[in-house]
Amino acid sequence: MAQQEIEVILSRHLAEYLAMPIFIVNPDGDLIFYNEPAEAILGTRYSETGSMPASEWATKFQPTDHEGKPLPPEDLPLVIAITQRQPAHKIFWIRGLDDALREIEITALPLIGQADRFLGGIAIFWERSQK
Amino acid sequence: MKVTFWGTRGSLASPSPETVRYGGNTSCISVEGGDGSVIVLDAGTGIRNLGQSLPPDIKRVNILLTHLHMDHIQGLPFFLPLRRRGVEIHIWGPASTTLTLNSRLQKYLSPPLFPVSVRELSADLHFHELPGHVIEIGDFSIQAQLIIHPNPTIGYRIQCAHASLTYLPDHEPALSGWTFPHDKEWISGYALAEGSDMLIHDTQYTEAEYQTRVGFGHSSIRHAFQFAKLTDVKQFIPFHHDPTHSDDDLDRMFKDMIEEAAPLYEVTPSREGLVLEVGC
Repeated sequence: MAQQEIEVILSRHLAEYLAMPIFIVNPDGDLIFYNEPAEAILGTRYSETGSMPASEWATKFQPTDHEGKPLPPEDLPLVIAITQRQPAHKIFWIRGLDDALREIEITALPLIGQADRFLGGIAIFWERSQK
Repeated sequence: MKVTFWGTRGSLASPSPETVRYGGNTSCISVEGGDGSVIVLDAGTGIRNLGQSLPPDIKRVNILLTHLHMDHIQGLPFFLPLRRRGVEIHIWGPASTTLTLNSRLQKYLSPPLFPVSVRELSADLHFHELPGHVIEIGDFSIQAQLIIHPNPTIGYRIQCAHASLTYLPDHEPALSGWTFPHDKEWISGYALAEGSDMLIHDTQYTEAEYQTRVGFGHSSIRHAFQFAKLTDVKQFIPFHHDPTHSDDDLDRMFKDMIEEAAPLYEVTPSREGLVLEVGC
């Protein structure tokens, strides 16, 4: 059975102890973990959804800009972090699976391990407002 | 493959009348293949005796370091083949983001910590940084992966045609969080150890000791038994005995845990001088 890289296991361990919402994706962009504070914003539980392919999570939460226009996946900070391997930051809106519309602010970073191994990305986000 | 234990103690060499049966030397194991290949796992104080036992005309030795904590490298300058001209010594170890493996080892192998520096050793030295690729040595194919222990630390799985051995001497898989010992995908060391014929694993602490040492990078004996069960190994070798544990303490720990766990795999506590054959 495939095992996650040690830096990813430790990132998840850290995320489980932090009170900030955190997303972790693998090098393909698949969502492999989100913590309990993130569950509150996404309106769903990790234990229910499990991991999600990039094509699914990037649209599932219906990200939109301030004018309500859909954001393409390539404009999402976490997608930028793993495709361009650089930090990215953005404020936008998502609709959680609980149907609430939330304004969120996200900072995403690529995860680069020992021996320059590219391991995916991690995003920390804040809820700014809710409708 | 023939596996010989030259040092089984963790943290600090601990020679005393109370440690003669399990031994006082720190981590060192030799693995010999049918083709004469010699692999040395770690260079704790046990490596001195190994060096004296190797044939004087040996041409090549391969030393795989899990990490550079002192109990895993202290014996290195006392390894006789390093002082012999014409012997090829290959040393593998974890990479650092800022220093080469050679530079990191020189921090110890240089004055004032040690009077002889790396460049003064007579052997033909080659350094290789890990992880990154599978190592092929003679009949052996070796996987190296990072595992949970402070500072980058590598676990090894050594495979030959008919046998596999996994070496995780300093390892705290329970630090994976609540996923231990259930969710295999999220447990450090799982992929290396899965289905091994032999697992050599850290059993440094009693349960009571572990409670005050969470995060130190070592396992409680119960966690190690749980890891062996989870990874479905055939033989489990408890290793890296705490320097404060006497022979009698270790006897008691292993007896009690074997009774509690009732393992389906064979349990053979490591002790200095133990020689085992794996597979074949």
